[in-house]
Amino acid sequence: MSTDIEKFKAGSPMSSTLRMDRMPHIWCPGCGIGSEVNSFADAVKRSGIDPKKLVVVSGIGCTGRVAGYVNFDSIHTTHGRAIPVATGVKLANPELTVVVFSGEGDLSGIGGNHLIHAARRNMDIVVICNNNFTYGMTGGQVTPTTPGSAVASTTPYGNYEYPFSLPFLMDAAGATYIARWTSMHSRNVTQSIEEALLRKGFSFIEVVSPCPTLYLRRNRLGDGVDQLQNYQDNSILKHGCDTRETAVDFQGKIVVGKFVEKNKPTYLEAVDKCCVKLVGDDYQLYGKTIPEREAEEKAEKERVAARRVAMQAEEAAQGEAVSAKPKAPASRAAVKKAPAKTAKKAPAKVVKKAPAKTAKKAPAKAVAAPKAAKKAATKAKAKPVQKAAAKAKPAKKVVTKAPAKKATPKAVAKTKPAAKAAPKKTRK
Amino acid sequence: MKTERSGASEKAKASVRRRYAGAETVAADPKGVDSGPHFMDGDHALAEGALAAGCRFFAGYPITPSTEAAERFAERAPEVGALFIQMEDELASIAALIGAAWAGQKCMTVTCGPGFSLMVENLGLAAMTETPMVIANVQRGGPSTGLPTLTAQQDMMQAKYGPHGDNAIIALSPDSPQECFDLTVEAFNLSEFYRVPVIILTDETVGHMHEKVVIPPADQIKVIPRNNYSGPKEDCRPYKFDCQGGHPMVRAGDGYNFHITGLTHNEKGYPVMTAEQNVKVVTHLMEKINGNADEIVRLEEDQIDGAEVVVVSYGITSRIAVKAIQDARKEGIKVGSLRMITIWPFCEKRIREISAKVKAIVVPEINYGQMVLEVERNAGGRCKVISVNHCGGAVHDPQVILDAIRKASQ
Repeated sequence: MSTDIEKFKAGSPMSSTLRMDRMPHIWCPGCGIGSEVNSFADAVKRSGIDPKKLVVVSGIGCTGRVAGYVNFDSIHTTHGRAIPVATGVKLANPELTVVVFSGEGDLSGIGGNHLIHAARRNMDIVVICNNNFTYGMTGGQVTPTTPGSAVASTTPYGNYEYPFSLPFLMDAAGATYIARWTSMHSRNVTQSIEEALLRKGFSFIEVVSPCPTLYLRRNRLGDGVDQLQNYQDNSILKHGCDTRETAVDFQGKIVVGKFVEKNKPTYLEAVDKCCVKLVGDDYQLYGKTIPEREAEEKAEKERVAARRVAMQAEEAAQGEAVSAKPKAPASRAAVKKAPAKTAKKAPAKVVKKAPAKTAKKAPAKAVAAPKAAKKAATKAKAKPVQKAAAKAKPAKKVVTKAPAKKATPKAVAKTKPAAKAAPKKTRK
Repeated sequence: MKTERSGASEKAKASVRRRYAGAETVAADPKGVDSGPHFMDGDHALAEGALAAGCRFFAGYPITPSTEAAERFAERAPEVGALFIQMEDELASIAALIGAAWAGQKCMTVTCGPGFSLMVENLGLAAMTETPMVIANVQRGGPSTGLPTLTAQQDMMQAKYGPHGDNAIIALSPDSPQECFDLTVEAFNLSEFYRVPVIILTDETVGHMHEKVVIPPADQIKVIPRNNYSGPKEDCRPYKFDCQGGHPMVRAGDGYNFHITGLTHNEKGYPVMTAEQNVKVVTHLMEKINGNADEIVRLEEDQIDGAEVVVVSYGITSRIAVKAIQDARKEGIKVGSLRMITIWPFCEKRIREISAKVKAIVVPEINYGQMVLEVERNAGGRCKVISVNHCGGAVHDPQVILDAIRKASQ
């Protein structure tokens, strides 16, 4: 048994980005955090950034444990304080890329003030927020994002508070990059993180994810796979969507996509601008003038670009090897059959690990095909294209799946006053 | 009566190899040193001391009566090449220091009681993760919002016992703007060597008092530079639980992929949540400071030999006590004075020695009686201990201290 684990650790493609000496991790089966960490590790690799210059900061909670598993410089802080710690790291050494990986309770509850102020300052950090609507580590209490009527251990008769819509909050606070996906959108999560790692300014990526042990169980919503099905049925892809329209109701529609991407001087750029006016061209921060720092940054950018190219070449080689296998045509066929028209869209929506239950109808397992499609898209400068697309056709109601007006039993649940009355079908 | 923590303390002493006094120092970076005589208040001197000690990162939040230190740093930062950021609150200020310290900067914040109460949360994290930083608490009258513009020495115990769980910090108490400068440099040195938050417990009176402050030339200011680990990756350990200072930091971006956590951890920094590991960590944290008290504690003594009464004081109160001591000596009473420059770790050994020789110890302080408890504990009934407490808002009337000395001598 233990030798199996050792073998797995040694052979894992993530062995360079995760601390294999700390596996197995603490997360429950069906939890969304693991796949987010996978996406993150993948994004770091694909982005080409120097992993030595990456610092991951987490707060407290299930997601707060991420810092302990990623093989980068990592800081596990106190509850809610990941963002100010990350701010300190970034400002003390601007060459570092700083990522905050934490949960919604940590970031928007106890750490809410830090979240909005970092966004307001356009602090150059990436915030990845795992939103599972519950405080998992402490046993499933209500959080600032728990949708109305959901049962939590501290709202045993259903939640009566008004929840935050995090993209809207972040937009109002001044975040310059805002995206939301669900645990089902692993590849989109990867792509968003990759984009965020390569841009300057405050980036906020929300990932709606299942907590099977507490939130799902208490609300009788089945297991993690059932919830992925719900995300599949109810996600609405809407790039550039007005963030006022991103609220999430209990088991209701979840608007996903990249909502905001804009340029604005970061906090440090603003500091530089002010100080150079005051001190003159020989202004230095930590002993380096602005041109010196800019030259370093440019050199680093070139190194990153080179690593990206190398990474893509490697991936292309691997992709060819994969598509040479007989498996590939089958999965391509699966995509064709799949009801979603999104497969064509740039970052195709794909379930990385096929939920066993839905395998027959979902585009699951269709890894190879969209990968190739995406590769092509990346080559053709995916970002601008995608952005232009989002702007050109305002993508009103680009529904990821056939509109689910047939109101699944789960959707019905939200209309009922107490979740207790929710249909029991989900749990087998 | 010996309250020496037997086992661990002896062990720490026996194995001392890295001594604070022997730590490598370098001359201060002239860029941060505004040499020459100045007329400035204690708050400004705190900021100047920080810049001289090589502090290049300051995160703060305005609060009377400490704000002037933040303002001074903000004003000086661009020319020195330092960074000042006003955070959204004190929780964030000290959190930013933790991040900045692990990213390689010497860092500082200033505050007073209400802000310090908020900082206590991450003061615990800083102590647990052995993060060097300097925090100045310019004390004002409490409790709660209390007396924002008036003096007090009411946060003495909070500095040590504020964070939950057992941990030890170092605290220094300056009695003048000059000492605000000097002790800030010293605080940085101690914090770098022992990898511990060092708190400067000054007060509103010293903070707002203008006096002559002489800042020496840069080459006469000795600073302990940040000691970053540079060995092979497989041997990299952010911690060493050997009850000593002098273990190097690991800097973010140097490729060591360190992990630090507030959880009970091993020397690699990984969480190990067992009772056995907690013994190792807590013993180290406590004994790193308490076991090295002899090296850390600084006192100023006057005519203690042969004295029948000794006045033990600190901060601004020690300057008020001087008048009472002089008057008492005129009356023929043999009075000695002990001024605590280091508050924590407490000068246990010296108080034990003194208590065996004198009739009484008089402890004036601007609170309801805090440090007097430590004096009493260490005097252990060998002499009288008289508390001259004065709730916040003003310094003592020297007459009150004189009366206490008279009473003590009888």
